[in-house]
Amino acid sequence: MSRVLAAMFTLLLGLPPALAATAPVKAPDKLKVGDLAPQFSRDDLQGHHFDLRAQRGKVVLIDFWASWCPPCIVEIPHLGQLQKQYGGSGFQAVGVSMDDSADTTKETMRKIPFNYPVVLGDAKFGNLYGGVLGLPLQFLVGADGKILAIWSGELPTTALDKGIAAALKTIGPG
Amino acid sequence: MRFATLIPLLTALLLVPLAASAAPGDALTIPAAVQIQPAELAAILKAGNAPPILQVGFSVLYQQAHIPDARYAGPGNKDDGLLNLKSHVDVLPRDKLVVIYCGCCPWEKCPNIAAAYKQMMAMGFTKVKVLYLANNFGADWVDKGYPVTRGG
Repeated sequence: MSRVLAAMFTLLLGLPPALAATAPVKAPDKLKVGDLAPQFSRDDLQGHHFDLRAQRGKVVLIDFWASWCPPCIVEIPHLGQLQKQYGGSGFQAVGVSMDDSADTTKETMRKIPFNYPVVLGDAKFGNLYGGVLGLPLQFLVGADGKILAIWSGELPTTALDKGIAAALKTIGPG
Repeated sequence: MRFATLIPLLTALLLVPLAASAAPGDALTIPAAVQIQPAELAAILKAGNAPPILQVGFSVLYQQAHIPDARYAGPGNKDDGLLNLKSHVDVLPRDKLVVIYCGCCPWEKCPNIAAAYKQMMAMGFTKVKVLYLANNFGADWVDKGYPVTRGG
């Protein structure tokens, strides 16, 4: 009987009998400036489809964010401003939410207006981009699909503005 | 021992109040004395003396990479996460060394770690160590070449 009770306790408390043996593995290769931005194509949370390949010829900012990431949330209105300012000049922002569920992201999107597409990321998506193991994380992609800049952590908005403005100059006026 | 006699105990376990949730920035209130640096923890792991380690951040991050044998407790900024953390550690002796970490965001902006630490304190743990990740788990652990495991 005591064994049965012990097993029930284990089940209740979510404790497996022993720690699973897990062998260390190599982290995915990190992306670097000059690499081709990994292709992705998926439905966004606004009811459209987003295909990175279809953005060739534009400067694209891929913004990995999450509802739980305070500095990410702070940046969103500024990204919206950049989208408004440069959207007609060949700039496209896309948000990749690393929330654990679409519902969480949608709840945030009800509170904060987004004027650019937001797709839901996951661990596979994170690994595709070299491991998204901390936020904020942004990739600036040039018109040729190659990564122009990678920004990790909190970033002064001026750095973002300058980077985007410089990239847009390479594709000329709208 | 009859199962019925355990019901009050189980009920009490589930009703123990959770520690008050913490806000981003509260990580700055975690005493330096309970923080453990990544290099120090990596050395402990290398020596084969790994204590119980719990990730108190978000599932998507855990699935991509976590410290080998670290258990996923769930985000400290959610009641569910704190409850899950509690369930993971409740059977451990309160004087056992336990390490918690998050690394979702820069330390001072982390919404999880302080609440998880407070929860451990509220439960009476006396040897909690909080892994200090100044920037995030990727920059301060993975990029340093310390061991990781993937998957959930």
